[in-house]
Amino acid sequence: MFSNLPLLSLIIWLPIIGGMVVLFASRGETGLQRVLALAFSVATFLLSIPLYTAFDVATPQMQFVETAAWIPSFNVNYELGIDGFSMPLILLTTFFTVIVVVAGWQVIKKHVAQYMAAFLIMEGLMNGVFASLDSILFYVFWEAMLIPMFIVIGVWGGPRRVYAAIKFFLYTFLGSVLLLVSILYLYFQTGSFAILDFHDQALGMTAQTLMFFAFLIAFAVKVPMWPVHTWLPDAHVEAPTGGSVILAAIMLKLGAYGFIRFLLPIVPDAAAEFDWFVIALSLIAVVYIALVALVQEDMKKLVAYSSIAHMGFVTLGLFVVFSIYRQTGDVAGAALGVEGAVVQMISHGFISGAMFLCVGVMYDRIHSRRISDYGGVVNTMPVFAGFMVLFALANTGLPGTSGFVGEFMVILSAFQVNFWIAFLAASTLIFGAAYTLWMVKRVIFGDVTNDKVAQLNDVNRREFWMLGVLAVAVLLLGIWPAPLVDVMHSSVDHFLNHIVTSKL
Amino acid sequence: MTDFIAPNFQPAIAEIFLLIMCCVVLLVDVYLPPEKRGITYILTQLSLLIGAFLTLSLPMNETVLTFDGSYINDPMALVLKLFIYLVSFFAFLYARQYLVDRGIYRGEYYVLGLFAVLGMLVMVSAHSYLTIYLGLELLSLSLYAMVAFNRDSSTSAEAAMKYFVLGAIASGMLLYGMSMIYGATGSLDIGEVASYIAANDSDSIVLKFGVVFLVVGIAFKLGAVPFHMWIPDVYEGAPTAVTLFIASAPKIAAFAMLMRLLVDSAEGLHVHWQDMLILLAVLSIIIGNLVAIAQTNIKRMLGYSTIAHVGFLLLGVLAGTDEGYVASMFYAIVYAITTAAGFGLVILLSRAGYDAENISDFKGLNKRSSWFAFMVMIVMMSMAGVPPFIGFWAKLQVLQAVVNIELVWLAVLAVLLSVVGAFYYLRIIKFAYFDDADEDASEITAPADMKIALSFNALLILALGIYPSSLMALCVAAIAA
Repeated sequence: MFSNLPLLSLIIWLPIIGGMVVLFASRGETGLQRVLALAFSVATFLLSIPLYTAFDVATPQMQFVETAAWIPSFNVNYELGIDGFSMPLILLTTFFTVIVVVAGWQVIKKHVAQYMAAFLIMEGLMNGVFASLDSILFYVFWEAMLIPMFIVIGVWGGPRRVYAAIKFFLYTFLGSVLLLVSILYLYFQTGSFAILDFHDQALGMTAQTLMFFAFLIAFAVKVPMWPVHTWLPDAHVEAPTGGSVILAAIMLKLGAYGFIRFLLPIVPDAAAEFDWFVIALSLIAVVYIALVALVQEDMKKLVAYSSIAHMGFVTLGLFVVFSIYRQTGDVAGAALGVEGAVVQMISHGFISGAMFLCVGVMYDRIHSRRISDYGGVVNTMPVFAGFMVLFALANTGLPGTSGFVGEFMVILSAFQVNFWIAFLAASTLIFGAAYTLWMVKRVIFGDVTNDKVAQLNDVNRREFWMLGVLAVAVLLLGIWPAPLVDVMHSSVDHFLNHIVTSKL
Repeated sequence: MTDFIAPNFQPAIAEIFLLIMCCVVLLVDVYLPPEKRGITYILTQLSLLIGAFLTLSLPMNETVLTFDGSYINDPMALVLKLFIYLVSFFAFLYARQYLVDRGIYRGEYYVLGLFAVLGMLVMVSAHSYLTIYLGLELLSLSLYAMVAFNRDSSTSAEAAMKYFVLGAIASGMLLYGMSMIYGATGSLDIGEVASYIAANDSDSIVLKFGVVFLVVGIAFKLGAVPFHMWIPDVYEGAPTAVTLFIASAPKIAAFAMLMRLLVDSAEGLHVHWQDMLILLAVLSIIIGNLVAIAQTNIKRMLGYSTIAHVGFLLLGVLAGTDEGYVASMFYAIVYAITTAAGFGLVILLSRAGYDAENISDFKGLNKRSSWFAFMVMIVMMSMAGVPPFIGFWAKLQVLQAVVNIELVWLAVLAVLLSVVGAFYYLRIIKFAYFDDADEDASEITAPADMKIALSFNALLILALGIYPSSLMALCVAAIAA
């Protein structure tokens, strides 16, 4: 019944129109604004479910394709479609927008309509990024997405919000303008803006190398990779809870998605040439950033650094494939790394989103994010403590949670290349456990340290369901990742066969 | 001596009408008591509307020469003229309340404004060096007087003086360049100059020198570095209502002048002027964007931002391809529309006895009026070149033109500096959204017509950004003819 509907267009435009409705149709009625926002986000989520159920797992081709001429004189088309990489990410986006709307339900009191509208519009734009098959369309969504996030950080953020918002915007803007020049150069070569045409375009090594670094800067900033990660802790700390959740759960994935959709398939030879460089950066993120996380005194900052470390696994998994192929001559072994990277993306979305929500739940009560202001929370908030410990364990990669699956797959594939790469990557199991559990120990366990903690109320029903749904997702994906892995098999195989073929 | 043959007046019908209306408005205004000044205003706006209608009534896709080949009506002229009418209409509308509040609501503003519009139209349709010069001087002299319009203000007087002296030097340069080319080719007619250059050696030293002076004159009028000194001072010193007008529509006319002088008449010398334009563009983009960061006065800041935009506009023309001309034409139109909205917002924030001069006057706008805070965001993001606003497509097209002639380094430089530029636009949004107002957060008071027009203007930037193909197709058709 859904096959006739332009589903992708709907999940892009429905939330954007919904955001406009929330902004202008409900003057001053904050209650109505919240309900409308929830209705639009739930409707979008429901509309995105058929993307999964009607998805054909057997083909690596783009599905749910929609094409229309957009700017004929400039050869730009409105072209949408998804494959096994983008479909799970779209579901993640629509799912988390519902969570964020619920999370901001009582907490946001200032400019409620604008807050809700910003998240709805952002949802539409992020869906647009994942669904675009035309590079200019992709770029428009990619850049436009910065505007609502900029507003969210700057208006509802913490004391240093202005600094964080502008830094966030300029950092990512700087990365993406180089992407734009690359796109224009590719158009000059191919005469088309379609991303899939870019994939098939033969390119010389010099052009590939230059574009490799342009793409790398654009996407590494977004991931973020060391050393261009410094905007992330600032943005996370200052953003309101909802902003942090979207930033961690979805926006970081956009960078990794860019690697999959642009960098690796368009400039595979340069990527094979410089894979050591990206692997080195990823390992620095995994090891060094984990050590940085260890010494943080602000909970949000700690989770932010742990995000960077975890995203290091994603880039590691994507870039070890070249070495595996060189050593084994077989793409089947490399598939593990790519699939691990994608699983890690989804899993990290759930876990980091949940961690930020947990910090937000505490922040709403005490208005502090400093670890030293807490202690013994388990005594006053036992249910909450249960959730927090679960997500913390997932964050450390405990088997049985989703955090384990992706990291394990990536470490396994790294072993095929080199023991030391795998060893350094596996060190996260120790460091991750150290910084996460140490924080949990100081915040949750022990005796009640101060009056404020003694007066805490446990989670209310809204917060319980919000965290409960995420807990189920984290466990389900940890115990039974097959539904996720199955949808991307054929896309991954196609992707690997494409990137190991030289384009020179 | 040949017999006198009456020329075909029809292609210039709109200009002739406007000239008559200039005189009518001037005369009518003399007999009006101050409280009935509204009649002058309405007459002026009506003249623009009827002028636009007359321009539209001309055949769309034909190129017609008249007045012995010194006047042309082609699709490019038609499109540019329509946008000159549109932007001037907005400018006059925004200006009204500002002038009333400051006690300078006098007919001269509108009379001078109409003469300036007439000058622009003549420039756009010029097909002879002489016509270009006539149009340019009509425009410039009107603008000099408009800058000094608030005669009790010493900053205005200073700005007008500066503008006049520098503008006169620029006109002199331009005239000198024209005379050299006349000396070499023996004609002032754009078509004849072009065919002479095509048929003869383009390496002639006189022609090269002539082109240098033409470029200097054009760069002066556009405000490209290093001929940009007048822009910040004039923008700051002139009453905001005048700045609004100077900054918007005349840039479209200056673009037309650039096209007529360099492309229509001297395309054969492209190799020579390309390098000059590259230099001008690079310097403008660098200096405009960097210096704008240090400004605290909003009008000065927008002045430097203009300089940076001019640099981008030149990128398209210097490519020397049809695609590049289309891109620059698009850029000029988009720039004029966006700037009109930008200064309109500055006027909106001003009220009687209080000029919004500093960037910090945008503080707390979201509290005062979330709608106009949204408009500020649209305009600033568009100027910064962030999609989905129209400014993005303008930048995209000029970059594409530059990449297509394999000057990738120029594109990279331009985009990197546009990131620098994004900073100062973001700062305005920061004031509008993130900060609380200093003093009383009073409601925005402005006449309804201004609010509606301003909203329309800003939403146009958004709507064209989402669906830019109509305007793009218009520019493509205009250049292809």
